[in-house]
Amino acid sequence: MLHIVNKSPFEKNSFASCVEHAADGSAFLLIEDGVYAAIKGSSVADALGKAMAMGKVYALKSDVASRGIQAKLADGIEQVDYAGFVDLVTTNDRVQSWL
Amino acid sequence: MSDIKKFLYVNRRAPYGTIYALESLEVVLIGAAFDQDVSLLFTDDGVFQIKKDQDTNQGSGFKNFSSTYKALGDYDVNKLYVEKESLEERGLTVDDLMELTYEDEDDDWAEKSSIRLVSRAEVKALMEEQDVILSF
Repeated sequence: MLHIVNKSPFEKNSFASCVEHAADGSAFLLIEDGVYAAIKGSSVADALGKAMAMGKVYALKSDVASRGIQAKLADGIEQVDYAGFVDLVTTNDRVQSWL
Repeated sequence: MSDIKKFLYVNRRAPYGTIYALESLEVVLIGAAFDQDVSLLFTDDGVFQIKKDQDTNQGSGFKNFSSTYKALGDYDVNKLYVEKESLEERGLTVDDLMELTYEDEDDDWAEKSSIRLVSRAEVKALMEEQDVILSF
């Protein structure tokens, strides 16, 4: 399952709830304000670590760059472009968006 | 001079996910024409508004308005308060913010930083001393 999160983890609990409900082997894609969850050493680092322990965590490159956090990402976060976004949607059996 | 009021613009939203940050900036620039005592506060996700390195040319389609904050000093908007706890919660320090400066006319136009790092307790006091608070 691919979980997509688009809300800031500091403003809404979408990312935290997503991580609490995700099964082992899930993939996570952070887009829009959701990319802030990928910052190293933030107050949601525990949830991020939990997600990374379950599966791969991706962040949409253009949203990361727009917000100026390119150099702040936690180790192991993989940035993808829109083509990579599509690949994730097609290679995972299901998609769940945490709005 | 008694008609000068203390205005505080409270910025609590990240820059691109919603329109709040851009709208706030527009209102601040318009309001700057009225010669009031203006302060800006960046707290919660608002601290992301002045994160350096914003690059919207990687396919996002957004207009990068972050450089507009650099013009605030020219409009005598030079009290930009940033809440320390909000930065820390987001894995940031003051070094992650853009350099925002103004020229101090009372000090031979010396270039000084507009950014004032404050604690949450100091923000509480800052809010209490305002005449008008505008929230975005």
